[in-house]
Amino acid sequence: MTAYTMPDKTGKYGDFGGRFVPELLMPAVLELEEEYETAMKDPDFTSKLNYYLKQYIGRETPLYFAEQLTKNLGGAKVYLKREDLNHTGAHKINNTIGQALLTARMGKKKVVAETGAGQHGVATATVCALLDLECIVFMGEEDIRRQKLNVFRMELLGAEVRSVSQGSGTLKDAVNEALRYWVNHVEDTHYIIGSVVGPHPFPKIVRDLQSVIGSETKKQIMEQNGKLPEAVVACVGGGSNAMGMFYPFIEDKDVALFGVEAGGAGIETNKHAATLSGGDIGVLHGTMTYLLQDEHGQIEEASSISAGLDYPGVGPEHSHLHETNRVTYTSITDEEALDAFQYLSKTEGIIPALESSHAVAYAMKLAPEMSPDETIVICLSGRGDKDVEQVKDRIGGEL
Amino acid sequence: MGKAKLEKALHEKIKSNQNIFAPYIMAGDGGLDILEERINFIQDCGASAIELGIPFSDPVADGPTIQEAGIRALDNGTTLTNVLETLQSTKENRSIPIVIMTYLNPILVYGIEKFAKDAANAGVDGIIIPDLPMEEEHIISPSLSDHDIAFVRLAAMTSPKERLVELAKRSEGFLYAVAVNGTTGARTKHDTNVTSYLDDLKKYSDVPVLAGFGVSNSEQAHALSKHCDGVIVGSKIVQLLHEKQFKEVNRLIQESILAEVKS
Repeated sequence: MTAYTMPDKTGKYGDFGGRFVPELLMPAVLELEEEYETAMKDPDFTSKLNYYLKQYIGRETPLYFAEQLTKNLGGAKVYLKREDLNHTGAHKINNTIGQALLTARMGKKKVVAETGAGQHGVATATVCALLDLECIVFMGEEDIRRQKLNVFRMELLGAEVRSVSQGSGTLKDAVNEALRYWVNHVEDTHYIIGSVVGPHPFPKIVRDLQSVIGSETKKQIMEQNGKLPEAVVACVGGGSNAMGMFYPFIEDKDVALFGVEAGGAGIETNKHAATLSGGDIGVLHGTMTYLLQDEHGQIEEASSISAGLDYPGVGPEHSHLHETNRVTYTSITDEEALDAFQYLSKTEGIIPALESSHAVAYAMKLAPEMSPDETIVICLSGRGDKDVEQVKDRIGGEL
Repeated sequence: MGKAKLEKALHEKIKSNQNIFAPYIMAGDGGLDILEERINFIQDCGASAIELGIPFSDPVADGPTIQEAGIRALDNGTTLTNVLETLQSTKENRSIPIVIMTYLNPILVYGIEKFAKDAANAGVDGIIIPDLPMEEEHIISPSLSDHDIAFVRLAAMTSPKERLVELAKRSEGFLYAVAVNGTTGARTKHDTNVTSYLDDLKKYSDVPVLAGFGVSNSEQAHALSKHCDGVIVGSKIVQLLHEKQFKEVNRLIQESILAEVKS
């Protein structure tokens, strides 16, 4: 396999990506790209980043051999990359700490962010408290209802949470409002986008900051098992945990990569968030990528039990990896994710986020088809405490 | 037709010492069956050109007024396809230049080449795409050029000089000077540095320079027109039309184009 060098200088991943933003934002986007490239070459910046990753976030996270799960599934050995053990309970903070340090470096004092499940909002509010940055988080009103406790957590951390009632009141609408806010305040505000989406250089910045997941996994699996895994599985909404996990493995062609999208009530019902399985190409939120849209180019609402996967677009690099077949994209329904949520809780004593439960559910299908000398790594992107109430409502509190 | 028609119409206004006034209307707000009537009304008020908005589900450059108009239009079943069909079937009945303003995605899904061809056939003279910066415009500029549609570029107050010079050089029909650091919608006043920004754009540009975003009354139109060739008014017009305050629309246009005080 030839060296993987995406994105190119213009922020393209093959046919995808780019910078489809109003002229008003172009100078900010270009400045960010320059600042980011300079910062990553500056040993002061990277050592500060590494310091916080270790001492504040608690990295590295364990790669845990799920012995009980492996035994029950009766196939490949299953490992869990424990991103749920990061400070704030998910992988999101790997990105926000880096971008908050960049914000301070650019001399900006204010941060705006969007959030779906609230995990990115909490991770942003947390690092803003740490670095004394003003923080505004836009969140859809439907998501506010689903994730009340995360709203309070953000407020406790000093952030202002603004409710978004437009559209379906979910992640897409929150991104729209965050982008509008940025258009109105670009001179003193940085937009900490929560996934590998948006205009270049955001997909690259977020991927690079999240790739600590895959890099650690690679080292840990070699130490523990002496060889690279046969399969790596991660859930994909916008796709930041997946991109961070996959990126260090892209050139290892014997490692099969599986991206699991939210199948909602089922792809055939049209009530899902499986952009790569059920969408087509368009431009939304500054990037060219696969989208859920109608035949006139109007963006459709996504639907998933998991607020964090409830997005009608996907990172442009995932679109590229889909087109080139380097990553296999598949989907898991709400029901399957709910089963996996309960199954992992019972077998390993680990309550996974509903987002991560999609990856667990797919691995549960994959493992029995593989041999015991093969291995699967699941990216356990977040913990499920935030979802307990919602799951209780859904399954009627009876186990 | 097309680019030449738009340029000729604007230059005639300038020659007759009038301020250019281009209202924005949302296609399908109030139903597509009244589009022809709306266009003719605006034409009769003395507007120089019409900026015709295509509704989009996720208009990130727009403030609340145009967002809501877009939702109403989408609820009425408005699509790029049926807007072009309506323009096509009514094109003999109007003389005012039509400039379509649309986000990129509806065009992408329609098909870029097919869009340029059908738009030209429907009598569209120019196009504005707010989410398409210079870096990405090559995906559509050859098709627009082939079909003689003016490709209007947007300049912003955040753009450094090199970008403003380049945008002015590339712009066709007119140069759209975004006059606020923000989304569309009425503002009580503009930043003081807007005048030097417009003066600079006038120096760089061979095509007329029109200021838009945040313009909602004739006083602002006059103040800005002293430093450029005229204004685009969006949210205010959309709101007045929605409230059926036609006399107010007429008054706003008439007062704004008056040649007075233009030194």
